[in-house]
Amino acid sequence: MSDFFYLIPLSLGLGFVGLAVFLWSLRGGQYEDLDGAAERVLDDEDAPILPQRRTVPGQG
Amino acid sequence: MSCCGPATLALAAAPAGAEGGPSREEIVLASHRIGEGLWQTDLSVPAVHCGACMRTVENALGRIDGVEGARVNLSTRRVSVRWREVADPSAFVPTLAAIGYPAHLDDPAADERDETLSSLVRALAVAGFGAMNIMLMSVAVWSGAEAGARDLFHLISAAIALPTIAYSGRVFFSSAWNALSHGRTNMDVPISIGILIAFGMSLYDTLNSGAHAYFDAAVSLIFFLLIGRTLDHVMRERARTAVKGLARFAARGAHVVHGDGRQEYLPLAEIAPGMTLMVAAGERIPVDGEIIAGQSDIDCSLVNGESLPREAGPGTAVEAGTLNLTGPVTMRARAAAKDSFLAEMVRLMEAAEGGRSRYRRLADRAASLYAPFVHAAALVTFIGWMLVGGGWHQSLTVAVAVLIITCPCALALAVPMVQVVAARRLFEAGIMVKDGGALERITEVDTVVFDKTGTLTLGALALTNTGNIAPADLAVAAAIAAHSRHPHARAIAAAAQDRVRLAPVFDSVGEHPGLGLEATAGGHVYRLGRAAWALSDTSGITGTVLSRNGRLIAGFSFADRLRPGAQQAVRALQAEGLRIVLLSGDRSDEVLRLAAELGIDECAGDLVPGDKVAALAALAAEGRKVLMVGDGLNDAPALAAAHASMAPATAADIGRNAADFVFLRDGLEAVPAALGLSRAAQVLTRQNLALALIYNAIALPFAVLGFVTPLLAAIAMSSSSVIVVANALRLGRADGGTREPGRRAARMSEAHA
Repeated sequence: MSDFFYLIPLSLGLGFVGLAVFLWSLRGGQYEDLDGAAERVLDDEDAPILPQRRTVPGQG
Repeated sequence: MSCCGPATLALAAAPAGAEGGPSREEIVLASHRIGEGLWQTDLSVPAVHCGACMRTVENALGRIDGVEGARVNLSTRRVSVRWREVADPSAFVPTLAAIGYPAHLDDPAADERDETLSSLVRALAVAGFGAMNIMLMSVAVWSGAEAGARDLFHLISAAIALPTIAYSGRVFFSSAWNALSHGRTNMDVPISIGILIAFGMSLYDTLNSGAHAYFDAAVSLIFFLLIGRTLDHVMRERARTAVKGLARFAARGAHVVHGDGRQEYLPLAEIAPGMTLMVAAGERIPVDGEIIAGQSDIDCSLVNGESLPREAGPGTAVEAGTLNLTGPVTMRARAAAKDSFLAEMVRLMEAAEGGRSRYRRLADRAASLYAPFVHAAALVTFIGWMLVGGGWHQSLTVAVAVLIITCPCALALAVPMVQVVAARRLFEAGIMVKDGGALERITEVDTVVFDKTGTLTLGALALTNTGNIAPADLAVAAAIAAHSRHPHARAIAAAAQDRVRLAPVFDSVGEHPGLGLEATAGGHVYRLGRAAWALSDTSGITGTVLSRNGRLIAGFSFADRLRPGAQQAVRALQAEGLRIVLLSGDRSDEVLRLAAELGIDECAGDLVPGDKVAALAALAAEGRKVLMVGDGLNDAPALAAAHASMAPATAADIGRNAADFVFLRDGLEAVPAALGLSRAAQVLTRQNLALALIYNAIALPFAVLGFVTPLLAAIAMSSSSVIVVANALRLGRADGGTREPGRRAARMSEAHA
């Protein structure tokens, strides 16, 4: 059985990645407007998640 | 999209030339700079409720010159607009109004994200990660890992549990410490002690190759409790933002005229007594003062409950918060904002808040009995096992099992879960509840005190003698009336909306503040206003009339309209055996008339705010628990003083903040609805507490006798939590009739139109 112990750090590592990704998405404001996100996914235009991130020049 | 229909209707119903929206200066004051000549303004748009609405609003704002972009947040029903300095921000609100989305300025909130929520969610994520991984290790141990592997798994569990408890457990530790340092206990004290002792004991066992470790129990306890805590926070925050997003009824600042004739828009805090201020028609009076020039009518309904506007001219004293209706006036400030009428209300409120702050939530009361009991049981178990010769290690292990098994996991979830579900049901019915304590307090109520203007009535006048006026005359009157904000004019315009096309085309229409409107058409002069001004011969005629060339055409009479459902609400409350009282600042005869109409026996009029608080204090002295329902600035102290309180969305800002419940729809059915649902919630809360108690009664003997292993503890803990959560969710199914989110938003927009 001890041959499979290397799976423990592996699974913990994967768990850590998942946790880190969740915290990152939380920090990025992806959970600020869940109702809106549900509607926006039906929208054809590609709008950025946060208005601040918008860097398209010369367009209103 | 069909759901957008009502919003467009709201546009058609809006009287022509009504509100112009806030001025540029006021918007700049409420905006914040985000760098590079960019500004951000937050507007609250309650009518937004679908993807199509979001696109319409964003596109409409985006087309305004100088606007960089607009982004709607559907959850908070807000739009944040980013604009360059060249843009004209005063165009935002009219633009939105023109496409059927009434909007109002919101306080800048883009940067003050909900920090508590993010920290709770982070703690929850970490606890979930820890609980799942430790549980996997524990399953391996329970399924019979050999001693060497078991110790390794326990060590890894300890390595995960330590940072998890240190990070996610802070929520409970700090709250428990806070309670203890003030000489109180709350639910978090037994939780914290249980977690810490379980962890310490398990760590010791791990290092000494013990068979049992409780890392999984300690961490999943934190995880479960954080779920309840987070839901509770989300519920309160949602109510808070919903209430914050309603229109403000206080001025943000005022146009100050300096000695050299220079004008400047100053924020409210910088206005000093003696300054000269300009107040345009349609603006709120910013501070207490005296009018020095100009004629107008002042609407005091939100301030003192008077339903009819007051005439105002030079020399008239005006109070902060009243609405200047018809003409621009110049006034001299008599007091700074912090000493104005509003401040007096705040002072009264602070003095009044007594009974409510003494109230202790059911969960805390249960905890104050429960915590000593749990600790005593654990201590007795430990001593007992020592006495029968179990040795200190075994005695401590059993005592820890007792702490873990009785740790109020179900108890701490039992109450918040029910309240979260109840708040959600109320939210769907258009009622915001501020916190769980309010749900408990309202169930104890045995007396309901209503305010009159704006609460039992809509605070908006309606024409009562439509039937006696020739349609053509009414059409003329309505066409003229559409040019004014005066409540009488609005009532006439609203009564004959569909008939305006019958009216002649006017050459000119002008408003004479304090008197009425004058219009000319085809050589005739029409006057709509006070009889004494409109008629050349006023023998015995008073009130509001329409005249042509000084001759009477029609007289109008008005009455404040009852709120829809007022009659039913009062009856329903009386049927439940509640005592109903009507307290108003309006004239006594008006109050008596309304009380008779609604079948309310106890009423009083001509009350100043202090009288209302005194009346509530007298009721409290009789041992009555009072639910106060009111909307005005003058009700705010009474709202704070009552055992529980409710306010409509159209209430004064400060009253809304003081109230426990805010209802967004026009109908007064909200009062019995909130009461009924809170009572149902209270029943479920008690059931849940009983369930948690029964669970403990069964589990405790086993734990004390030392039969509980970590596996049993984990099963018992999770199953009891699942049971109380499932029981709480029954409330959601109690009645399923009123789910109509689309119409909710439409009604919200009507309430603001």
